[in-house]
Amino acid sequence: MPQHPLESESIEILREAVAGAERPVLLYSIGKDSSVLLHLARKAFHPARPPFPLLHVDTTWKFQEMYRHRERMAAESGLTLLTYTNREGLAAGINPFDHGSSHYTDVMKTEALRQALDLYGFDVVFGGARRDEEKSRAKERIFSVREPGHRWDPRHQRPELWNLYNTRLQKGQTLRVFPLSNWTEVDIWQYIRQEGIPVVPLYFAQERPVVRRSGTWIMVDDGRLPLAPGEGPQMRMVRFRTLGCYPLTGAVESTAATVEEVIAETLEARVSERQGRLIDSDQPASMEAKKKEGYF
Amino acid sequence: MAARPPLRFITCGSVDDGKSTLIGRLLYESRHVLEDQAKALEADSRQYGTRGGGLDLALLVDGLQAEREQGITIDVAYRTFATEARRYTVADTPGHDQYTRNMATGASTADLAVLLVDARKGLLVQTRRHARIVAMMGIRHVVLAVNKMDLVAFHPRVFARIEAAFRDFADAFSFSSLQAIPVCALEGDNLFTRGARMPWYEGPTLMAHLDGVEAGRTVAGAPFRLPVQGVNRPDSHFRGFQGRVAQGMVREGDRVRVVPSGATTRIREILVGDRKAPQAEAGESITLLLADEVDVGRGDLLAAAEAPPQAADQFEARLLWFSEHPLAAGRPYLVKLHTREVSGSVTAIKHRLDVNTGQALAAKTLDLNDVGLVTLALQEPVAFEPYGTCRTLGGFILVDRYTGETAGAGMIDFALRRASNIHWQALEVGKEARARIKHQQPLCLWFTGLSGSGKSTIASLLEKRLHAEGRHTFILDGDNIRHGLNRDLGFTEADRVENLRRIAEVAKLMTDAGLIVLVSFISPYRSERRMARELFPEGEFLEVFVDAPLEACEGRDPKGLYAKARRGELPNFTGLDSRYEAPEHPDIHLHTDRDPVEACVDQILQRVQA
Repeated sequence: MPQHPLESESIEILREAVAGAERPVLLYSIGKDSSVLLHLARKAFHPARPPFPLLHVDTTWKFQEMYRHRERMAAESGLTLLTYTNREGLAAGINPFDHGSSHYTDVMKTEALRQALDLYGFDVVFGGARRDEEKSRAKERIFSVREPGHRWDPRHQRPELWNLYNTRLQKGQTLRVFPLSNWTEVDIWQYIRQEGIPVVPLYFAQERPVVRRSGTWIMVDDGRLPLAPGEGPQMRMVRFRTLGCYPLTGAVESTAATVEEVIAETLEARVSERQGRLIDSDQPASMEAKKKEGYF
Repeated sequence: MAARPPLRFITCGSVDDGKSTLIGRLLYESRHVLEDQAKALEADSRQYGTRGGGLDLALLVDGLQAEREQGITIDVAYRTFATEARRYTVADTPGHDQYTRNMATGASTADLAVLLVDARKGLLVQTRRHARIVAMMGIRHVVLAVNKMDLVAFHPRVFARIEAAFRDFADAFSFSSLQAIPVCALEGDNLFTRGARMPWYEGPTLMAHLDGVEAGRTVAGAPFRLPVQGVNRPDSHFRGFQGRVAQGMVREGDRVRVVPSGATTRIREILVGDRKAPQAEAGESITLLLADEVDVGRGDLLAAAEAPPQAADQFEARLLWFSEHPLAAGRPYLVKLHTREVSGSVTAIKHRLDVNTGQALAAKTLDLNDVGLVTLALQEPVAFEPYGTCRTLGGFILVDRYTGETAGAGMIDFALRRASNIHWQALEVGKEARARIKHQQPLCLWFTGLSGSGKSTIASLLEKRLHAEGRHTFILDGDNIRHGLNRDLGFTEADRVENLRRIAEVAKLMTDAGLIVLVSFISPYRSERRMARELFPEGEFLEVFVDAPLEACEGRDPKGLYAKARRGELPNFTGLDSRYEAPEHPDIHLHTDRDPVEACVDQILQRVQA
């Protein structure tokens, strides 16, 4: 049995996608899955650098620690880091509080991603999505064709047999490639431990200033979070299972401060990791609808 | 941590046999359904459920909205879960006829199949169909799960009868293991725990069986094979060959052969990921450094020098057709076999397999979801292993060059001739010599356009002008060829493809003879025109698009064909009830509704003489 079948499969996928690509890019969202994906990409092409840049679609609402981690990883990997923000959305003042999480995500993430991909003309886009995250992702191919306009058509997916990936594209089509499709949340953490992969410290429990919102803990990461009169942040031992925009990402109460403790907690977890993501449940069949529009 | 190698399995069976319910139950009982997901499931069950508001576990896997609305599985879903014993990836595949391609997809990477049968219905046509596909895709281990035992009062005789019938039927497939288990997926009997309601059943529960089954596909002692994915050259000192070991094991110092080229060398260094390793085995992604500078590229195979694989360019293969556009023999596709992409076509369809009955039927084409036994011919020899020996080196896909879709998938049974036996007859007098005494460059001018667009008129005048200049020419005209060489062909799509293949080959022989050939055929399909172009060296083939609107052509109607077709006397008439795919980038584009014939001929001459 190979040392790490998942790692081998992911490396095969990365190499196969690059062989068929004209302008590949790695969508880097700074989270743990992106960190593992970047690590795998560096292994796949060692001793050369991965032949693609990193792209971060920046809503301007990420945690401060995420921005610091992003700069550190870009410098360490030596890869070009492209960042893109939907300037029109920013100018219109679109934010998660006044415009609702659904509209905000649509403008600042989905629309921004489409703009960025069109701007640079990337034809193959790596993403860190896993099939165990969400039901509609379980149905998606590893090599997933997007029609012109970046639309996903779940009813017309190419059959994907063996490890034979069809990278042929027509004009206007692009390919999203998910090398971590078959990984689970526990696999990710065990691999992070095994390989010593640096991740954003927010994944580990620490006393942080939080407020209660929609049944979850929201961290007061900067002065932009509106507080009710008389409301003040309280200090709690919390950590994050996934990372996104801080006003939309709930923390869980935890004392897991090391990778080992996080793994133990994940194995015991009785709720799924995306439960802390407010955007997943803001409309029925929410993720499928967002994906059809081009969301990752 | 899980002790045994991970197991990939599929569940299949007819519609409503309870596949999604079974998987939902496995996830639920192996504690892979978490609280928020359970809460969402409760809400979904109320909205879409088929259990009268009770938990509908099938909704855990039917992830697409259309699936939940229609209460069926459309697409293959992959789920991962684990027990104390091992890690599982399960593919839930649809039972409907029209989604058979998704079943083949799920089966292609699976080690084991759980075949569900409704105890009330017994073996159905679908059950047999699925068992055949499972066997064909190379799955050697089968569990027959006789479900809904509660609806037959847990009667042992019902189970025994179904098991006997299946064993009888499956005998021909010689599965390595076949375990029949009576279950009730809805309530969980005999999945994780033995239900009290079937004390007569003495075999293992489903999970006990899956936990224990040895279903590994790697053959101990098989010779080393590595399909090369890419060449890594960060600087002039490092030249590494990347790939994932398909079979066998490799050690530093091993002698390897490059297939098909035949060069041999030794392994200098092995990198597993970014770490040096003394050896690597099947399934690992590695980078190899070789002792000598030998020519190796993507699509080549590095193999144990003492036991190299064959390379061939003609195969007998089983082919599953996925496209709504039927397979036509002779039409070129992009063939992808391990890391090799090469142009190829199906040259003969030996028969179609009726997967419901197992019968071989005569066939001229393959339609969506058909399975056939075919001859596959590639433009260049490729290293391979029979599918039965190695799935990675014997499975291939056919990609439509125009739509990009995966049109079919196939499995190589054996090579029809070895590449080493193909030698072109070396001719003393060559093409160049023949052209030289004619004082001309050989050329194929391929006229395409609707009937009545002016192809023959222009070709005929062009030939006169070339002849007057002392050129040696010949016209291949649609109507004339159809009276002789292609008398046996009609106007169906398959016949049109064969028609053009023969014309293209004849035109090629004529350019070999040093001639300027004018081919004047409607040639409605892009893929055949590309096939023709690929026969000729660069610059020796010019596509001439004789362009006129349909109304103009119909107005001319020199042979009265449109009138006949409009009366329904000529079926499959191009432009009316058969499509014409206009060239996207013709070498020469003529507009015969705008320009007179002489001007069109001048336009061609200018290009030819340039």
